[in-house]
Amino acid sequence: MARATPRPTIAIVGGGVGGTVLANLLARELDKDEAQIVLIDQSGQHIYQPGWLYIPFNGQDPQHLERPERSLLRHRIDFEVGVVEQLDREKQSLLITGHAGSGSNEALRYNYLVIASGARIAPEEVPGLPEALADGRHVHHFYTEEGAERLRQALHDFRGGRIAVAIGGIPYKCPPAPLEFTFMLEEYLRKRGLRERTKITYYSPLPRAFSIQSVSDLATPLLEERGIETRTFFNVAEIDDRRHLMRSLEGEEDAYDLLVIVPPHRGALIAERSGLADAQGWLPTDRATLEVKGQERIFALGDVTDLPVSKSGAAAHFEASVVAERLIAAIRERTVNPREGCYDGRVMCFMETGYSQATRIEFDYEHPPVPPKPGWLYHVEKSLFSKAYWYLVPPARV
Amino acid sequence: MPDPIAIPDDVKIDREVDARGSFCPGPLMELIRVVRAAPVGSVLAVLSSDPGSAKDIPAWIQKAGHDFLGAYAMEGYIRFVVRKTH
Repeated sequence: MARATPRPTIAIVGGGVGGTVLANLLARELDKDEAQIVLIDQSGQHIYQPGWLYIPFNGQDPQHLERPERSLLRHRIDFEVGVVEQLDREKQSLLITGHAGSGSNEALRYNYLVIASGARIAPEEVPGLPEALADGRHVHHFYTEEGAERLRQALHDFRGGRIAVAIGGIPYKCPPAPLEFTFMLEEYLRKRGLRERTKITYYSPLPRAFSIQSVSDLATPLLEERGIETRTFFNVAEIDDRRHLMRSLEGEEDAYDLLVIVPPHRGALIAERSGLADAQGWLPTDRATLEVKGQERIFALGDVTDLPVSKSGAAAHFEASVVAERLIAAIRERTVNPREGCYDGRVMCFMETGYSQATRIEFDYEHPPVPPKPGWLYHVEKSLFSKAYWYLVPPARV
Repeated sequence: MPDPIAIPDDVKIDREVDARGSFCPGPLMELIRVVRAAPVGSVLAVLSSDPGSAKDIPAWIQKAGHDFLGAYAMEGYIRFVVRKTH
């Protein structure tokens, strides 16, 4: 049944970093009379995804990566567990199904819509990859909790051979993750006495180890020192798991005994169903205002956008405050503060380099990153941040 | 940065991606993304303000076997144009 309210309704789709921070920022700033805030999430659980990287090396208990989304939201936010099946832009209405406990359909009318539904993995885009993952013996990934758990078992059972770390699609979440994984893998194998019996190869889609030149300059000598081979210009296009071969978009092929692949990603299904997304499910988004291009009153933030910034929680976090300022300005019928209401491309992350060392990468549209020499302090900072995350980020304290 | 150069009239761009200011994933990653998703025969363009692109982007296009249609210097950025051949 359609609901009608005299105050404007802000509907936020997705309870990841971006959606959660945005909802809490709005709830903190806007009085109840000013707007109804509704957040819809398909699982009802908030997951700290950066923790998946550590699961294969026994460095993370998956139970600590998840909390009920409701527990992270201010009381005055209306929270619904359900799947947004349809977006009717003309009627400004969302069709939501699968509500917990009811299983019914419901239409939710909105005045402002924010799509923060994230990315999903799409192994079917690389021929041979779904079968290889289903077989589960030689090809793995760490882009879901289940995938990371299976990879942990595969590494536990590994006794030596060729391990390939490769990228099956662009863009993907957390660009440094495969490089971090490679460094941590080398350390893991050395500690288990398997390093001398293992050839590790890192396959970069680019002409160097990493897209950012300064980060690449930092990572390349570390890869060389640790005897990790780097192959460049290798974008995985096809897997022949029966023969343990992968072929690249650039026309080359290589063999593996264990392949750790970054699966292709697409925008979340709601983005595709909205009729607004591009061919890969990403929403065309204004790089400064974060409005979905050509759409009034619809915003996008986080992984679901087509912005040329890292798909990362940090980007979603910074974008949330931009959308909050724009929505508050619209509801209060005032002009947008351009300093707070324009996204400057800011991203910040830590990159593990193995052996309890890490570096810090921070940049925006105007300023390239200047990563410091890897050190123990950054590793500790990353570790502390992951623990403090629940108290700092979702409640929008930082 | 060289003077602006106009794109020839007979080059019709099917899709353009604005990767100006993109350090991560970066303009080449953005180009690979759209090349992967586009139909064969499409003409694609990427805008880059990263000086490294002048080397990286033509090198990848050559390695991947697509047609490099040119690099056009604009004001403060370069527009790279490629035709997907396979």
